[in-house]
Amino acid sequence: MSPIVHEPDTDVVIDLSDAVAVLGSFPALAGATLVVRRGEIVLLRGPNGAGKTTLLRLCAGLIPLERGQGHVLGVDLKNDRELVRHRVGVIGHNNGLYGDLTVTENVRFWGRTVGANQGEVDAALQRMGLNGRLANLPVSRLSAGQKRRTALAGLVARRAELWLLDEPHAGLDAAGRDELDQVLKLAAASGATVMVASHELERAGQLATRQVEVVAGQIRELGAP
Amino acid sequence: MNTSTSTKVSPRDRVTGTPFTRGLGILVLAGMVLLIVLGLFVSPADVNQGESVRIMYAHVPGAWLAYLAFIVTAVSSAAYLWNRTRSLTWDRIAGASAEVGVLFMGISLITGSLWGRITWGTYWTWDARLTTTAFLFVTYIGYLAVRGLGGTHQQRARRSAVLALLAVLEIPLVHFSVELWNTLHQEASVAGRGTNVDMDGLMLFTLFLGVVVFTLMYVWLVLHRQRSLTLDDMLDDSGLDNALTARRAEAEGMAR
Amino acid sequence: MSNSLKGSLPKNSSAVIATARLIAAKDLRIERRSRVLLNQVLPFALIVMVMFAFALDSDAVLERVAPGLVWLATLFSVLVMVSRSFAVETADGALDQLRSAGVPATGIFIGKMLALMVQLMVLVTLLVGAAVVLYRASFSWEGGVLLVTTAIAATCGLAAVGTLYGGLAAGAKGRETLLPLLLLPVVAPVLIGATRATESAFGTNGIAISEGWPWFGLLAVFAVLFSVAGAVAFGPLLDD
Repeated sequence: MSPIVHEPDTDVVIDLSDAVAVLGSFPALAGATLVVRRGEIVLLRGPNGAGKTTLLRLCAGLIPLERGQGHVLGVDLKNDRELVRHRVGVIGHNNGLYGDLTVTENVRFWGRTVGANQGEVDAALQRMGLNGRLANLPVSRLSAGQKRRTALAGLVARRAELWLLDEPHAGLDAAGRDELDQVLKLAAASGATVMVASHELERAGQLATRQVEVVAGQIRELGAP
Repeated sequence: MNTSTSTKVSPRDRVTGTPFTRGLGILVLAGMVLLIVLGLFVSPADVNQGESVRIMYAHVPGAWLAYLAFIVTAVSSAAYLWNRTRSLTWDRIAGASAEVGVLFMGISLITGSLWGRITWGTYWTWDARLTTTAFLFVTYIGYLAVRGLGGTHQQRARRSAVLALLAVLEIPLVHFSVELWNTLHQEASVAGRGTNVDMDGLMLFTLFLGVVVFTLMYVWLVLHRQRSLTLDDMLDDSGLDNALTARRAEAEGMAR
Repeated sequence: MSNSLKGSLPKNSSAVIATARLIAAKDLRIERRSRVLLNQVLPFALIVMVMFAFALDSDAVLERVAPGLVWLATLFSVLVMVSRSFAVETADGALDQLRSAGVPATGIFIGKMLALMVQLMVLVTLLVGAAVVLYRASFSWEGGVLLVTTAIAATCGLAAVGTLYGGLAAGAKGRETLLPLLLLPVVAPVLIGATRATESAFGTNGIAISEGWPWFGLLAVFAVLFSVAGAVAFGPLLDD
């Protein structure tokens, strides 16, 4: 087990040591150890029920750290997990969108939670290719892939430093998946860190800088794809 | 109360009795026997109400306990939220007290209703006290429903604690609004229904005894229930230990 | 273990206000787009008013109980509206996203409460109108003033309690039945106070308008108490 060193301006974005997190009384994460650095794109592999989603939610500060140690963006998950939330973006099986509002309205809403101006919102829409005819459609009328892109545009508008994505490729066609990978790589290049849970193993080489396997609540390094 | 998980004796095999509670239990039993003898047989009937006044010996203590239980729940909830270490013991006391409180509240409402029927001809009246008690009763049922929602112990504790304190906020509001309604509209007849009973020494003593015995019974019930809730939680926790072990073994197995 | 109140009290009051405005605007925009209040809740409330007329079937009785019926219909509608307010948040995990984005919970509470209050004011206005038409209620200018102030205090209280308990029940199992069980007892003082004040405003049973003002006082106290309680308690309730 590596020693935990916490310097304030460290390059380490995620630092978990023997972390345990529970769903009800079930230990979804049963002692996970993981270190992720800024700018990495980490692919989480593993069977269903392995604990990938729980790992993502833990790193987002959404669920308590039951046992072990955990720091995300320098914030202690045991005591201060509320403080890390606004710096992290999670997109899970849900997209966190309001179906009755348009794409632009949704992205603008999320941007406004951090005080983004219209310019940033427009830039976010453009980056996700949503500034065309889709911009004024209600989200409920979009395809799954388009909704996913809208959710990511929200992350961009919110200036999230850590992106935690749960099966983001689901529902996208081939072109959409390529586009998504491009977007994620750009995000990482501009300073965000990305962790993706996915079954899309063939894409690993195109997208990820590193792979990690989650099995029965614990983590195994697989190195670069 | 030792709340650490002990792997030597499973929570399933532990008992909630201690020498103290056994002694207390005997005291309660003896007190109850005495109360029944005095209340139902020895103490005199009332000049105005006749034999029906004997309901008072169950009703008044029941009502008193209902409110005591509620206060204990509220204070424990506040203690849980305030306490830096967030000890779940407070949460369990609050829950145990609420369960027992619902019991006593039910007793109080039913006996009061019967008493009212016999003495004043109505099962119910909307005076401030009764309405507040009925309101508390329903609120508690909601509180117990929320306690059963599941999730982690801390989640349960936090939700219920907030609910209990909101109920404290409600009580004066409900009480006051009903009283205001009655005074403004001079709701006649049974609004003046207090304990207008001419009580001689023995009746007073029996009543007092009733309150004491019921209070001891409350303490006995809450102690046991709180301990059994603790054992339930320990069972969950030890379940976590076992589940952790099992899951780790699974990981080992799959790694090979 | 973290202090139970950390993260629930506003660290920055301007952030809370900004959040409240953002969320209230969002909720009202959703209503404008989906028209659920307009097309579903208002007709429902009106039908309830009509059903009361069928059940009670006597003009004299109806006129006497009109104030109570208005607020009873309002209470039933509140259940639906609160449910809807949070269904919008849980449909696609938006509430989770709001929490995950670190948006101050107090701001979320105030925003949703304000939006709910606006919609409730529209509802109450309509129902009073229905009472005038269906139950032959009437009121003078002074009564009108009492009515408006009562409505503001009552809807504020209902919105506060509704948002608070709605948040508690959101996403919980059995929430459709849990919400009424929790909410209806709690809003009993509002029902009492608003009905009595409205009785004074309508002059039902010859009750003077001056008797209605103490009831407004009760409603105002309720509204303030629960707005504050909600602002403080909403954060801990939402947290895991």
